[in-house]
Amino acid sequence: MKKILHTPVTAADLEGIKVGDVIYLSGHIVTCRDVAHRRLIEYGRELPIDIDGGAIFHAGPIVRKVDEDQYEMVAIGPTTSMRMEKFEKEFIRQTGVKVIVGKGGMGQGTVEGCQQYKAIHCVFPAGCAVLAATQVEEIEGQEWMDLGMPETLWLCRVEEFGPLVVSIDTHGNNLFEANKVEFNRRKDEQIEKISKEVRFIK
Amino acid sequence: MDRNAQVAQMTEILSKFIAYFGKILPDDVEAKLKELSEKETTPHARLVYETMFRNQALARELNRPCCQDTGVIQYFARVGTRFPLLDDLEEIFKNAVLDATKRAPLRHNAVETFDEKNTGCNVGYRVPCIDWQIVPNSDQLDLDIYMAGGGCTLPGKAMVLMPGAGYEGVTQFVLDVMTSYGLNACPPLLVGVGVATSVEQAAILSKRALMRPIGSRNPNPKAAMMEEALEKGINAIGLGPQGLSGENSVMGVHIENAARHPSTIGVAVNTGCWSHRRGNIVFEPDLTYTIRSHKEAVL
Repeated sequence: MKKILHTPVTAADLEGIKVGDVIYLSGHIVTCRDVAHRRLIEYGRELPIDIDGGAIFHAGPIVRKVDEDQYEMVAIGPTTSMRMEKFEKEFIRQTGVKVIVGKGGMGQGTVEGCQQYKAIHCVFPAGCAVLAATQVEEIEGQEWMDLGMPETLWLCRVEEFGPLVVSIDTHGNNLFEANKVEFNRRKDEQIEKISKEVRFIK
Repeated sequence: MDRNAQVAQMTEILSKFIAYFGKILPDDVEAKLKELSEKETTPHARLVYETMFRNQALARELNRPCCQDTGVIQYFARVGTRFPLLDDLEEIFKNAVLDATKRAPLRHNAVETFDEKNTGCNVGYRVPCIDWQIVPNSDQLDLDIYMAGGGCTLPGKAMVLMPGAGYEGVTQFVLDVMTSYGLNACPPLLVGVGVATSVEQAAILSKRALMRPIGSRNPNPKAAMMEEALEKGINAIGLGPQGLSGENSVMGVHIENAARHPSTIGVAVNTGCWSHRRGNIVFEPDLTYTIRSHKEAVL
């Protein structure tokens, strides 16, 4: 059974979701990345789209203009979420966003934000931009176009957008950080092993 | 054909080629991804590979760039001193990007620094990036073109180690990047390593290393041995596709090297993402060409 979240999302909807779960999203998602985060948090500029109970996508798409104020989604995929880490906890608090979709893990601030204000972070398999674009039914609006194509806030209506792998849940769990502990342990083992084979300076 | 017509012809070929390899991965990458995917057993790893292959099929079918981050286009030109259009190449390279940006379409990825304005046309001051290597007594142009985004090989990492750190230090440097930055750089990665005398030389060599076909080896036997050791070691970390853990981490590790000053070991790492959009095309003086990276390519 596909687990599908519908926007607007409530805290109760997220209660049973755990890291590692695979989910899909139907409803609306807004692209929101580096400069948009900076504008809200550092310059106090209110986001021009209400995302309370909504979803954001750390993504900068390729869009094609089809008509006056009408754009078609050509390719859209996640960008590195970690770049938004320094803003995300405060971003969740101020906006009431419930679902954050991006690439790779996020840090402790986001974990705290997700736990306190009830939100989740998920990853969409990166580099799969055509697949994601075919799940965008329509671009319903665009704001802050002065930021250029990648950084504009594109308001997308999506249908079963995913697969989304939950990486941070509302219970304080962080999939990537947990994996990292194991990766670093193995890394140290390998460094020791390889170092013995590469003593070229004698 | 007069010179202007030749310039226009070459610009169009390159534009079409850029649009093409932004959609279809090179033969060696496709084969390697297939090989790696077959080794995965966990549901997450299998789901990610399955999604990746679905995406590549859709990109072909719908004729769209397979990843939305179409990068800043980087050219690596090994150009013969007798290649007839040598004087025009820089302009051809820039115009080919402008044209491909509409044709493909590519994302507008050139933001002028300090003015902090997106140029809206995907080219800007000193962009596209061009790396020139002169080939004496040749009339060919052997060209690698690379399209990879802000989340994989544009960041990279470089530093100069003290000789006391040795190649053990190089190993540590490379592996540290794998579990920090590399994790988010869209594994399975193609890892380029530069070992040289200075930070900038190591950096460019690490990027040129990514232009080599997957599985090719450094001609120096010790460097080749280190490529294999790093590949095995990084795979044993088990980053898996998208860093969600799995059987492997990389498509390969390539080292490019240069001699070093006795006081320094320059080292750099570049992490190429799985969507390794690299094209290799060789032009003859009459502009007939061979595409080596994609055997089935028709422009």
